[in-house]
Amino acid sequence: MSAAENQMETQAHHEKVNYINVRTTLLSWLVTLDHKRIGILYLLTVSFFFLIGGLAASLVRMELVSPKGDLLESDTYNKMFTTHGVMMIFFFLIPSIPAVFGNFLLPLMIGARDVAFPRLNLLSWYMVAGGGLLALAALIMGGVDTGWTFYTPYSSSFAKTQVALTVVGIFIAGFGSIFTGINFLVTIHKMRAPGMTWFRLPLFVWAMYATSLIMVLGTPVVAITLLLVAVERLLGLGIFDPARGGDPILFQHLFWFYSHPAVYIMILPSMGVVSEVISAFSKRRIFAYHFVAFSSLAIAIIGFLVWGHHMFSTGQSMYLGVVFSFITFLVAVPSAIKVFNWLTTLYKGRIELTAPMMYGLGFIGLFTIGGVTGLHLAAMATNVHLTDTYFVVAHFHYVMVGGAIMGYMAALHFWWPKMTGRMYPESWAKLSAMIIFIGFNVTFMPQFILGYMGMPRRYHSYNEEWQVLNVLSTAGSSVMGLGYILPLGYLLWSLKYGKIAPQNPWNARGLEWEIVDAIPHPHNFETIPIVTQEAYDYEHWHPNKPAQQPVIVGGGKS
Amino acid sequence: MSNTTQDLSLDPHGAHGHGAHDNPHLGEQFEDIAQQYDTYTVGMWAFIVQEVMFFGGVFAAYAIYRYKYLEAFSYAHLELDVFWGTVNTFVLLFSSFTMALGVRAAMLQARKAQIGFFLATILFACVFMGVKYVEYSAKFDHGLIPGHNFTLYTEHLNEVREKHPHVAEAVEKNPALVPQMELFFGFYFAMTGLHGLHVLIGIIVIGALVIRAWINKNKPLDYMPVEMVGLYWHLVDIVWIFLFPLLYLVGGH
Repeated sequence: MSAAENQMETQAHHEKVNYINVRTTLLSWLVTLDHKRIGILYLLTVSFFFLIGGLAASLVRMELVSPKGDLLESDTYNKMFTTHGVMMIFFFLIPSIPAVFGNFLLPLMIGARDVAFPRLNLLSWYMVAGGGLLALAALIMGGVDTGWTFYTPYSSSFAKTQVALTVVGIFIAGFGSIFTGINFLVTIHKMRAPGMTWFRLPLFVWAMYATSLIMVLGTPVVAITLLLVAVERLLGLGIFDPARGGDPILFQHLFWFYSHPAVYIMILPSMGVVSEVISAFSKRRIFAYHFVAFSSLAIAIIGFLVWGHHMFSTGQSMYLGVVFSFITFLVAVPSAIKVFNWLTTLYKGRIELTAPMMYGLGFIGLFTIGGVTGLHLAAMATNVHLTDTYFVVAHFHYVMVGGAIMGYMAALHFWWPKMTGRMYPESWAKLSAMIIFIGFNVTFMPQFILGYMGMPRRYHSYNEEWQVLNVLSTAGSSVMGLGYILPLGYLLWSLKYGKIAPQNPWNARGLEWEIVDAIPHPHNFETIPIVTQEAYDYEHWHPNKPAQQPVIVGGGKS
Repeated sequence: MSNTTQDLSLDPHGAHGHGAHDNPHLGEQFEDIAQQYDTYTVGMWAFIVQEVMFFGGVFAAYAIYRYKYLEAFSYAHLELDVFWGTVNTFVLLFSSFTMALGVRAAMLQARKAQIGFFLATILFACVFMGVKYVEYSAKFDHGLIPGHNFTLYTEHLNEVREKHPHVAEAVEKNPALVPQMELFFGFYFAMTGLHGLHVLIGIIVIGALVIRAWINKNKPLDYMPVEMVGLYWHLVDIVWIFLFPLLYLVGGH
């Protein structure tokens, strides 16, 4: 396409009213009630917090190049890994896919004009962004050294750092997350287009439903727990203070009652994304749709009953430990159902190795490693050996980075055309997917071995014989860092120079591709569609069907 | 599938989402008022579930310590004033009653009655907070403030001896009970404080409803906000219905 043609098409493209060009002032973004714009606001916010968390991580890795604690003092080191954990978990991973893509896509996917409560939705964004800024302020005012878990008595009797401010920030962001959960639950229940029955919902929507359940049922518990810690710090109540009759282990129970399910807040949305991507790029209906849908709910529900596996070595009752261990093993069942069904979907599919597909396939591999090593930790005997070692660090990074962030990157590339109206440069994107995959494995695979050999987490110095693997890990993290910087460059580049995206660049099924404009209209749909087909019905898919029909009428097995 | 989606696509003008709704109270994201009502109701109930989990955390912690330190907790609860607690229970129950009447008045668009009942509800809520003030001050005077001034069972043990000699005796025999009793008062202040905060928020939002009804005296008003605040107020009431017996009434049984 020549430059002139491109120019003309650009103009035609921009004349059409869409959610971006309908208003252009900064104020119009800051007071917007449009779920799509709020999704973009979240995208900017979480990217910023990701950057902060990533910088802290790179300092941690640089310190660990040498066995002596020479780059950072132990105090500074403690503050750095705490910053890394707090920023990544509370302000990147938990809001990432739900708040960015859930907001942007949920109404488009179910055929609604917006989420159920648009004002509450905007308020949620202010709470998450404001809470994050408070935590950042705490960091500037001296930082926190408790680790992201805020275990008492580090965070209560012995804390000398900005615990209260950070905790208040997380409390506020937590309520933002609760409100998002309520919004999504109600949206999915009450805002579906006619004909969009529960079992015609895209699996991403099922994943968001399960995620929202955890947000609404779990987050309030960690909110009250952190509030009690703040109250203990500020008013001198002794609820977690053994010197005053309190029990610090109770904090761990209450904390993990939320924070273990919170792991599923991070991974379930990614699983939803992978279901979409795998299906779109193998042009097959997801194998055993019902099983994949219900496995999301099963993970959410079982996830509430496993928190004690974080406390096998705290002296909790052995019989309780056995129960927690058993239920933890049970989580592997719905997780495996998902993995097997994705693989079966690929079988005999027309596979297109686009960048989102590469991220999606990367997710399946890395999540499987993360999940299987989770079983090592679920078994009480091995857990005692591996508790608080780098094995644990490697395990949860395989789930959260290899799983959740791979899914996030898949989503970012898959829906980038719909969000911005531009195509990202495919070969650069594939390159970055490869770099991240390789860098990630070089970073974290050695940590499994280090952990098995007994290297404890959260120290700035270690035994000399572990240096080789640590240097390898740091080298890998630099490669991975490059892989994350690349998309920042080419995605921004594509905003101006990328090819204009067609309405359905992937020939994928789903309302957001088939009916919604290339860049969605502020009100999403001309008229609310009537859905007559199953999700992912690629068997009855005709790519040449005229685009933009108001109603899908299909010959599906409805 | 929701029953409200039947007539969605039958709008002959295709005017949805372009601000052409007939009903001025209908949000742009909804197709009809029935869907909006359904949505608001489900949303409010989800919020209430969230509140139950929020209070649930501190209730669970209380239950665990009560089990662990049964003796100390049963002694400590004797210092709570059952008389004022009972008064407050009735005050709050009456406020729920006036709230329900106010919601009904709003449903019938009986604006004057609605404002009257809501003002009565606010009045009861303020009485509740006043009684709490009386109770809290008494705790300050008696040295029952955990972390700052918890001296009743050490320096002022004679005051305890006058009213509850067996408590004073037990404390003298086993001083380890004192921090456990301090913990009881920690929970007392944390739980009633959190509940009081909810009462304060209730006063503010009911006040906002009164102002809204006052300003729009002659216009028909969307009834849903009233229904939602009503649900919230009943939640605040029912939390107290659990707090009162747990803290004030149940002894060491």
